[in-house]
Amino acid sequence: MNLTFAILAALTVVSAIAAMSLRNLVHCALCVAVTFGGLAALYLKLGAPFVGWAQVLIYVGAVAILIVFAILLTRSDAPAQPVVSKSWVAGIAVALLVFGVLTRAVMTSEITIQQPPAKPEPTVLKIGTELMTRYVLPLEATGLLLTAATIGAVIIALQEPVSKRKNVAGSSNTEQAGGASPAPNPPIPGGHV
Amino acid sequence: MIIALLKGLFLMIWKVLGDQPDPKADFLAALPEALRVLASVVLSVVPIMVTFPLLFAITTLLERKGLGRIQNRLGPNRVGPCGIFQPIADGLKMITKEDIVPRNADQLVHFLAPIALVIPTFLAYAVLPFGRHLVPINLDAGILFFFAVGASTELSVFMAGWSSRNKYSLLGAMRAIAQMISYEIPLIISTVTVIMLAGSLSLVDIVAKQTGFVGGILPHWNVFTPWGFAGFVMFLIASLAESNRSPFDLPEAESEIIAGHLTEYSGFKYALFFLAEYLGMFAVSGLAVTLFLGGWSAPLPYLDWMPTYVWFMAKLMAIVCLFIWIRGTLPRLRVDQLLNFAWKFMLPMSLLNLVVAAIWHFTSVWSFPGELAARWLLCAAMIAIPYVWLGRALSGDKKSTLRIYRFAD
Amino acid sequence: MTPLPAYLLLSSLLFSIGLAGALTRRNAILVLLGIELMLNAANLNFIAFWRYGMEPEAITGIMFVIFSIAVAAAEAAVGLALIISIYRHYKTVNLDKVDELKG
Repeated sequence: MNLTFAILAALTVVSAIAAMSLRNLVHCALCVAVTFGGLAALYLKLGAPFVGWAQVLIYVGAVAILIVFAILLTRSDAPAQPVVSKSWVAGIAVALLVFGVLTRAVMTSEITIQQPPAKPEPTVLKIGTELMTRYVLPLEATGLLLTAATIGAVIIALQEPVSKRKNVAGSSNTEQAGGASPAPNPPIPGGHV
Repeated sequence: MIIALLKGLFLMIWKVLGDQPDPKADFLAALPEALRVLASVVLSVVPIMVTFPLLFAITTLLERKGLGRIQNRLGPNRVGPCGIFQPIADGLKMITKEDIVPRNADQLVHFLAPIALVIPTFLAYAVLPFGRHLVPINLDAGILFFFAVGASTELSVFMAGWSSRNKYSLLGAMRAIAQMISYEIPLIISTVTVIMLAGSLSLVDIVAKQTGFVGGILPHWNVFTPWGFAGFVMFLIASLAESNRSPFDLPEAESEIIAGHLTEYSGFKYALFFLAEYLGMFAVSGLAVTLFLGGWSAPLPYLDWMPTYVWFMAKLMAIVCLFIWIRGTLPRLRVDQLLNFAWKFMLPMSLLNLVVAAIWHFTSVWSFPGELAARWLLCAAMIAIPYVWLGRALSGDKKSTLRIYRFAD
Repeated sequence: MTPLPAYLLLSSLLFSIGLAGALTRRNAILVLLGIELMLNAANLNFIAFWRYGMEPEAITGIMFVIFSIAVAAAEAAVGLALIISIYRHYKTVNLDKVDELKG
């Protein structure tokens, strides 16, 4: 097709395959960040700059860092184990089957032979107006969802209090940082997870 | 054709210096059709890549002399008169130092980390309006682009810290990332107040809204409104934390954790990290100037004979000098104090600022003097009273008393 | 090949790569990475259909993708918090070993 599309598509696919197959977890996380970047470039090429830069900000700037933190907090000192599970053949076969079905669906449909319409220019003003008028209910629901997810994630990942007995002083705070939990937790910098 | 090119070049420089629109047009018209896009990009990018590292060199000297004077000593004064050639000496030293990479380090990631830091930092300059007609790209979602490339620098901090296979590096990198993501939120919310009132994410539009003068003398800058002033202060504090500068430089302070994520870097790679930190500081100061200080507009109506890029640079250097002053004055924050400050003080204050900005917008129809005073008082009170109350509540029972000194005999 | 089927094929390729990773790797975090990759492939599909589809003026595709990115980020946060919590209990994130309900 187009040279830029070919380069971006190749970059994205190669880094996705690398992300799913490398042995070292942090390398996988960095490759998946490159995949997110490649996808953002594809969104920019498709004429959706707001989504493209939002993808970089959210995925590369926050989700990738979250993943990297989680990898660091769940490292174990066990020796390197086999990378894939025992039934990896079935997994790859299912994935190939899904790819085959989707490819056949794409190639045999009529929508793929129509001429593409003219390039739209979605301004941020239009996106903002739509968000506030037509999509205000999903917007508020997403806000509620993000609040619930933030609170839920913090509560789930919080460490339980060291002493479960009630103290006489009555000062059992539920936010113990690092401290007396058994090894091999790496030290948690900054106090709160 | 050479004559046309030279004439185009001369006209371009003349138009840039004279603040006239569309400086690149003549030069590009003299080129063949195929080269025009490439030449346009190169002409936009090269001045930025030359100016800001030069400014970085000047700022290192300025900072060392300034800090020296604040600390009651002279700064560097050996290399050249008043130490003017010190940045050249520093640059030569950095380039010729041996590049040591630990044997156990992850070689590829260790190599890529400074590159992955410098590239997004340079990209951030692409949307700043340096003058009335001097913005490299006028993106519709300009501020989103700026914060997106700013957020991508955090991953490279992690890459640097993790690939060194050093406990101190990793700890420093985790602290640096925790600090950066904590302070990103007050930074972005302070920006959202400006976006809300300007109605656009494009930096050119935001500056255009701040031109013009109220009552003939007072400029229409955002910093001269209650929400703008609070937003400006919070933006400056958050940007100090984002670029890991004092008093938030715990991740890279020598007395704390050697050099944090920079421990295993020497020579030119260390120079790249240093460069990226200062360039990030300039970029975020440029954004502060654009959002709150009116960008390239002059402060008084009879001062606009000076070209607009001079005003932009002057305001940028004023903010940089403010940062240097703060570095020399305030002590370093501990990491838990830092994070508490971000989440418990800055975040509620910035959300409150958002509400105050909304009130300001909806009361903009109040224009009689009495109503104007009421509007100002209401907005200022809505910021000042929670500020005092929250500050008192968070500082606990610590009372500040007169310090008593005991000297050794 | 017109641009639309190229983008659709790319998105289905990324989807199946994510699916393969989620089904074969044993580390819980990599399964989550596969799921994020699948979500991203679906987002690419939406944007491609918005651009080359019937009515690009209605920006429905962009809206959907904005909400999808937000929901995916929230889900990644909660999923990783769960993985950290599981690690604290089982001392491993190997999914083959986390196979008992008894805590």
